[in-house]
Amino acid sequence: MITVEFLGPIQKPVLNMEASTLHDVARVLKEDAQMGEWIDSCAVAVNDTLVSSLDTVLKNGDKVSLLPPVCGG
Amino acid sequence: MVELYDGALNVPEVLTRWYAQESTSNYGAYIPFVGTVRDEGGIEGLSFDVYEPILQSWFDAWVSKVAPLGATLKMAHSRGDVLLHESSYIAAVFSPKRRVALETIEAFVEDFKASAPIWKYDLINGDRIYARERSTAIAGAGILGAKS
Repeated sequence: MITVEFLGPIQKPVLNMEASTLHDVARVLKEDAQMGEWIDSCAVAVNDTLVSSLDTVLKNGDKVSLLPPVCGG
Repeated sequence: MVELYDGALNVPEVLTRWYAQESTSNYGAYIPFVGTVRDEGGIEGLSFDVYEPILQSWFDAWVSKVAPLGATLKMAHSRGDVLLHESSYIAAVFSPKRRVALETIEAFVEDFKASAPIWKYDLINGDRIYARERSTAIAGAGILGAKS
């Protein structure tokens, strides 16, 4: 089981799901109508490290974070 | 270490403290950048969400990057609401020579705007509205939406 958290303005509670790679997470979120406006603009972190490939392997207890477009300062 | 504060930053306190911390470190240049909330677009202020773990690792990577140049970075940012004419962001660089400091503060502040995991909201009529049109997708964003 992994957790998926949605940061900043994405108003969505934490998801728990079974996933072996980020492909599994992408499959679930693409079917989520609430994610439609965010999915193409979010960066993804696994255990607080940004990742660039859906082939990233996930293990039990991992935390996946979705980071929408930023604007500090 | 990134300094995070609830609400507006105390600019004189931060700048004076950072100056005192490095006043005998033999740096020839101290360049602070102070970001202030401007009165525009009918806003009452801005509000910020910060994701601290990735912000800290992003900052630590910058500290490591400029260390070989002999430079030191400091940064403070607000969480929550910051009203008009108050400050939400202070960054500073110290270096032995001015050229490194001038180049570093520009590169650091620009990368901060593009990469630091902070989300900005306009405060208008008591509502907190995500500043989507002023926000930038982090480099590498969009992998979840890619065709697999």
